[in-house]
Amino acid sequence: MSEKKTKRRDFLFTATTAVGAVGAAAVVWPMIDQMNPDASVKALASTEVDVSELTPGNTLTVLWRGKPVFIRRRTQEEIDEARAVKMEDLIHPEKDEDRAKNPEWLVMLGVCTHLGCVPLNDKGDYNGWFCPCHGSHYDTSGRIRKGPAPWNMEVPKYEFVDANTIKIG
Amino acid sequence: MSDHDYRPKSKVGQWFNDRLPLLTLANHLTDYPTPKNLNYWWTFGGILTFCLITQIVTGLTLAMHYIAHADMAFESVEHIMRDVNYGWLIRYIHANGASMFFLAVYIHIFRSLFYGSYKSPREIIWILGIIIYLLMMAAAFMGYVLPWGQMSFWGATVITNLFSAIPLVGEGIVTWLWGGYSVDNPTLTRFFTLHYLIPFLILGLVVLHIWALHVPGNNNPVGIDIKKPSKDTVPFHPYIVIKDGFALLMFMIVFAFFVFYAPNILGHADNYIEANPMVTPAHIVPEWYLLPFYAILRSVPDKLLGVVAMLSAILILAVLPWLDTSKIRSAVFRPLYKQFYWILVADVLILGYVGAMPAEGLYLLIARVATAYYFLHFLVILPVLGFKEKTLPVPLSITEPVLGGSPNLAGARNKESKIE
Repeated sequence: MSEKKTKRRDFLFTATTAVGAVGAAAVVWPMIDQMNPDASVKALASTEVDVSELTPGNTLTVLWRGKPVFIRRRTQEEIDEARAVKMEDLIHPEKDEDRAKNPEWLVMLGVCTHLGCVPLNDKGDYNGWFCPCHGSHYDTSGRIRKGPAPWNMEVPKYEFVDANTIKIG
Repeated sequence: MSDHDYRPKSKVGQWFNDRLPLLTLANHLTDYPTPKNLNYWWTFGGILTFCLITQIVTGLTLAMHYIAHADMAFESVEHIMRDVNYGWLIRYIHANGASMFFLAVYIHIFRSLFYGSYKSPREIIWILGIIIYLLMMAAAFMGYVLPWGQMSFWGATVITNLFSAIPLVGEGIVTWLWGGYSVDNPTLTRFFTLHYLIPFLILGLVVLHIWALHVPGNNNPVGIDIKKPSKDTVPFHPYIVIKDGFALLMFMIVFAFFVFYAPNILGHADNYIEANPMVTPAHIVPEWYLLPFYAILRSVPDKLLGVVAMLSAILILAVLPWLDTSKIRSAVFRPLYKQFYWILVADVLILGYVGAMPAEGLYLLIARVATAYYFLHFLVILPVLGFKEKTLPVPLSITEPVLGGSPNLAGARNKESKIE
């Protein structure tokens, strides 16, 4: 390389590569994004549930976005048990007051945060839920207490439309 | 590929071969010089080719009747079983064929481990093999989802959720894989597409695997480099073809036993219950061929580290040629390695057993010890052994220990009688 002179060929080479790279990226993104949730899946974003028949100490399981949602009408003992737990005993510290605004009602995704199985009701060492897949124990507030799951069961966005109806999503 | 002076006899053959040298390729394959001491453990390459073709042919025919839709998949599989002419046979061959494929690939891999076939100059063959093995696992997993039974659904949920262990982007990746907020119809249709694609990717890699094999040629039970062609080799056809063919027939007897007499013994009864997103089966277990890795996943109490350990257990095999520091290939001449080899075999079998058991109490403890030993074998024992081990004298050729006339003779003879 005796002299450094930009030639027309160099310009063409750089310009072609740059346009090619941008073009490839522009085509690749739609190919990737088509796998994300489509409009029809997103449209099923909320569901309303009638909870008038649910008595204390029972759980209603409904399907929301293809996942089960637990609606638990808790007994006074369950509420007391959940509220008496010290924060330092929790793997994922969250106050029961924050998880269940209305203490009688616990609404959460019935999905184990380990690998997505559905935990069983009224089971486990903490009187809450137990996941049969890999042995995670949840308390009466749906908080992880023992086992491989890293987080508490997720509380989705929900609201009481009226005294007997919960809108999830 | 080695150069050939081959020239077809017929005029038409010459005309064709000058334009597309397929006949030269065919001649290369039939005449290919092969070590004459290859034992029956070397026949599993041919058996695996048979397995791949069987899966592709039965898979194509099943796809003519199967419907990839969450509402219809389960019924369409029952339709194949009950209504389609010989549908039961084709499906049972395909389902058991997956197990047979893995049985053969595990023997093939452990043969390679025993005789050091992964060592220089065969590293690329070995790594291509590991990629094929990974693709096989992906294909088997996605194929298992297609009948849309309870095990299909929850197996898919658990395995895709492994990706949620990735920090920050994990949840986004899982949603992307699902095409929704749970395993559902979009997941099923894409799994069907990929399940259809992967066997052809494997086929392409198999061509590369064999191509790479034909550069240095086969390793052999003595594990020494041989000249080819020489007195140590025989042509692939008819010698190896006949031996492979005989072994394949034996293998097909086992295959046929499962298809005709125990077609569901390797499966799970739960998969004859249609997928239900509200109820998880009491005991989720993967297919038998994935159990050792499942045991490793469960033996680690942390979610992310569990996933990392499971993936490492597979990927560590890719760097095996550099972890094993011994210059001697065959375990026949490595008295210590041979013992550690059998301990590893036992270790993997134990992992497979505890993988099928509930992850608690003694089973969990055994799984943890076996997991630790698995990594110890590859990361500590193999590198150290190469320096510490006193290996036995290696013969100069394959014929030498048989025909005599070498100072190495006695040692090699003693050794061989011990293996038997």
